[in-house]
Amino acid sequence: MSAPRELVIIGAGPAGMAAASTAAGLGVDTLVLDQQPAPGGQIFRGIGQAGPAHLELLGSDYQAGAEQVASFVHSGADYQPDTAVWSLGADGELGILHRGKASLISARRVLIAGGAMERPLPFPGWTLPGVMNAGGAQILMKSSRLVPLDGVVIAGTGPLLILLAWQYMRAGVAVQAVLELAPRKNLWRAGLRLPAALRAGHYLTRGLRYLLALRRAGIRVTYGVSDLQAVGNDRLEAMTFHTGGREQTLETGNLLVHFGLVPGIQLTEAAGCHHQWDDGQQCWRPQADAWGNSSVDGIAVIGDGATIGGAVAAVHAGRLAGLEAARAMGHIDAAGRDRLAVDDRQWLQDDLRIRPFLESLHRLPDTLLSGIADNTLVCRCEEITAGEVRAAVRAGHRDPNQVKFITRCGMGPCQGRQCGQAVANIVAAACDRPVSEVVPFRVRPPLRPISMGELSMLETGNNTA
Amino acid sequence: MNADVVIIGGGLMGSSAALHLAMRGQRVIVMEKDSPGRHASGVNAGGLRQLNRHPAEIPLAVAAARLWRDIQSLVDSDCDVKLSGQVRVAENEADMRLLEERAARVRALGYEHEIIIDREQLYRLVPHLAPHCVGALYTRDDGFARPFHALTAFRHKAESLGVQYRTGSRVHEIARQGADWQVVTDRGCCSAPVLVNCSGAWSQALCSMLGEPVTINTGAPMMMVTDRLPHFLDPVVGAASRKLSFKQMQNGTVLIGGSHLANHDMKTETTAIDFIKLSESARSVVELFPHMRDAHIVRTWAGLEAFTPDHLPVIGPGSCAAGVFHAFGFSAHGFQLSPVVGLILSELILDGKSKLPIGPFSIKRFLDETATGCA
Repeated sequence: MSAPRELVIIGAGPAGMAAASTAAGLGVDTLVLDQQPAPGGQIFRGIGQAGPAHLELLGSDYQAGAEQVASFVHSGADYQPDTAVWSLGADGELGILHRGKASLISARRVLIAGGAMERPLPFPGWTLPGVMNAGGAQILMKSSRLVPLDGVVIAGTGPLLILLAWQYMRAGVAVQAVLELAPRKNLWRAGLRLPAALRAGHYLTRGLRYLLALRRAGIRVTYGVSDLQAVGNDRLEAMTFHTGGREQTLETGNLLVHFGLVPGIQLTEAAGCHHQWDDGQQCWRPQADAWGNSSVDGIAVIGDGATIGGAVAAVHAGRLAGLEAARAMGHIDAAGRDRLAVDDRQWLQDDLRIRPFLESLHRLPDTLLSGIADNTLVCRCEEITAGEVRAAVRAGHRDPNQVKFITRCGMGPCQGRQCGQAVANIVAAACDRPVSEVVPFRVRPPLRPISMGELSMLETGNNTA
Repeated sequence: MNADVVIIGGGLMGSSAALHLAMRGQRVIVMEKDSPGRHASGVNAGGLRQLNRHPAEIPLAVAAARLWRDIQSLVDSDCDVKLSGQVRVAENEADMRLLEERAARVRALGYEHEIIIDREQLYRLVPHLAPHCVGALYTRDDGFARPFHALTAFRHKAESLGVQYRTGSRVHEIARQGADWQVVTDRGCCSAPVLVNCSGAWSQALCSMLGEPVTINTGAPMMMVTDRLPHFLDPVVGAASRKLSFKQMQNGTVLIGGSHLANHDMKTETTAIDFIKLSESARSVVELFPHMRDAHIVRTWAGLEAFTPDHLPVIGPGSCAAGVFHAFGFSAHGFQLSPVVGLILSELILDGKSKLPIGPFSIKRFLDETATGCA
């Protein structure tokens, strides 16, 4: 194998681009791998091709991406798009797939900036055609200008509901309803955290502006919704839910759901990094220090793949990790790193002040996380229901990995990405233990499927894009 | 005394021993440091194979085959057994000569299960095989099962007969207490006059605690599985000159093993796939089954296992103190033997001898005489 790269960054979203620009600017030999054909990550998908009207439609947050992409492109970092990472070892060995060619490359330092995923949350009818993730729908709008034509209901929790409703409204889509499933009592908890959040008040004013615009347009936002159910024979025909103690039915062909974001932890899990349960975000996340260093030497993780902080926080964390990479590779010393880090550390801290407020406002009730009905599918790949998971626990398989062995839940092509958290929650509840004590599915490479032919032609060596 | 027998290791061997002992009325405690089947027992390739066994193992493999054929009556579950045969393919005349010599040797020992099949018979059995092969060694009543299901069935049946599994109980110390062995774990202790070591990759440490140190290796054979494919294969396929075991499971996925070893770390008890070696397996697959080129690999893994220097297991009484019995070191081909190993252990413990020939599996062949702690 040829000489390892100094720094390989996985992901060209806000965090990865900022880290690459910073590190390359300080002389670090940097290679950025990204699954997409163009830089920007999910948040800035399609920004390179976006014309002025599209930029205007998507709003100012999206527009900020153009500048970040430009600075990344001119940073001097090598950039390899269309590249999937299917394995990552604790020793910095990466298995990658680029245009049908699989290879192993090695890095002295790996920075994971792979971002978040939408929290998968099984509910009755969630697998019906016509039900899809709101984040996925937003990406279709960003990258392909695809929007639902015949009315849409947006349901779940989190700021994305409001943002997407606002973007759809501006694109002329008929938004039938926006349903917030966070319980009303969350308002109390969030209220306590409001004063601190006011330090990052621009997020609040923007959110309120979107809400006002929706109200003026007559789009109803309903809070305190529960018992969400998608109904239909071969595809979605209607949805039912409870609010104010009454069941309501809405006829719709499109239900977009979103239950917040969780860090995508497949890569850090594969590398053997230590993870911890984050009770505020209700998910596992990799343990990382202020510079992004994980528990494994030479592997760092930043952005929404480390902890959900959003695109602005990701940029600051990216710069900090870029500085740390330059220090680790001997291009600057610790004092130099600390000097250059002052502003970003402060801005990062300021930006994150909104988080405790948002987390308590959009906190999911246990009924949604672990109270999944017995006949609801949990694992779409292997068609395993919540009831089958509970039956496995009753038969003595008292952790998610044993449940996986006996039921095949999580053994399908998605590698347990979709069902892993739900299974952990169900198993923990069935064993009467906190989910933080449960060991989630162990990750088995390849993290993305590769073909037998591709593995049989595996190449070793560092290509330089 | 808490039990008649304490078994260390809740994998297949330990669970089989527990079941056979409980069937004969023994009170058994199984100490398991993780959960049953966490390592080799739960994640092996599940091959049921009499084919191409070392001569010393043939009597055990044949006896085990009879038990697998009727596994339902032993454990109340079919363990997803599919007896669709195993073939060992010859890719050229030199391979074929080796296989013919092998078949003759086995016949000379008085066994009829391994037969030579010609090219035409081979392609009838394995129609998707690449066209260059010339024949094979074949066992009709071999096949495969699902290891974790088998293990669970053994465990459930053992539990139904009163066996106690103590999971999350790692053994720290073993001490003699009068006529009993006292086993101290991080979740309490227990004692019994008979101790059985079925601790797989951790057997070397166990043997040291028991004062009879042996030198064995640990390794983690790698496996991979594809997405579901339309049915194309019944028997398990291996090859005379390749490290490969290739089978299509009942659900359509294709499971590929082949004894290539992962990197592993006994301190953290973890494995790391060696993709360079795994790509050799993939190369074998596409050379023997060209249509597999586009199949997607969904998962790869490896399970920690003990390998002895001669790749034959240790089965039998300890060499040191009374009341110790071993069954470990199956060197990645123990799955087939598991039902009979428990039977042998129960016979040794309760009858003082086994009906099956286990002389070649004595622990004495590996003992470091200078280091034994026996009095």
